[in-house]
Amino acid sequence: MAKKSIKIRAKVKGEVTTVKCLMSHPMETGRRKNKKTGKLIPAHFIQDVVAKHNDADVLTAEWSGGVSKNPYMAFKFTGGSKGDTVTISWTDNKGNSDSASAKIK
Amino acid sequence: MKTDMKRRVFLKGSVAAGTMAVVAGAGLLAPQAVMAAWPKKAFESKKADAALSGVFGSGQTEASDKIKIKAPDIAENGAVVPVTVTSSIAGVESIAIMASANPTPLVAVFNLGKSTSADVSCRIKMGKTGDVVAVVKAGGKLYANRKSVKVTIGGCGG
Repeated sequence: MAKKSIKIRAKVKGEVTTVKCLMSHPMETGRRKNKKTGKLIPAHFIQDVVAKHNDADVLTAEWSGGVSKNPYMAFKFTGGSKGDTVTISWTDNKGNSDSASAKIK
Repeated sequence: MKTDMKRRVFLKGSVAAGTMAVVAGAGLLAPQAVMAAWPKKAFESKKADAALSGVFGSGQTEASDKIKIKAPDIAENGAVVPVTVTSSIAGVESIAIMASANPTPLVAVFNLGKSTSADVSCRIKMGKTGDVVAVVKAGGKLYANRKSVKVTIGGCGG
């Protein structure tokens, strides 16, 4: 993939795995105006996020344009162990999507 | 005999092609199904209650101090307000984060898997000073807690 839009850090401590991730996305609400032209900037934000541990869903999220630009997300789950794969993928309101995976450290 | 064998091979091939087509079809359909699941009405709703019933089917919440919201008292930049929601309620299924003063209050909904802890962080936008409301769904009931966050526009906080 040319551009990497998701950064993931997953760490296991005891039984709990903490996953932190950063996605790069403009997250336009559709309410902001372009200062030069006075036209509304069309909405462009991530709608769906799915996080998987190996093949099982651990978290799914639905977002609106109210989530900050370049969204950050963190969550915890149990049952992960070193070397397992965490995959995070998103889909935005324009139908674009991306996914990335990382190994639990 | 020979032609019969060839027919077999041909049949096998076409069956395999058929399954491939089905798989491809499912692959094409999947994103649409995901899009449909996104509760558009809830996210576009301007009232917190209506937004909640759009997501959970009910706008009735019970105040609970078992939900902890970690957010700054004063946010200097309303565009980036870090929020962490944790809950000690058992069996949390989903967590919704709302900013009550935003034009569309519902910001995000997190659906937790069975092994996922009720501990979610993200960064949200806040148009102006208001409450950050966390709604937790556990065992078919909704619990809510709120924390006020002051948004200062401009340089000095206060």
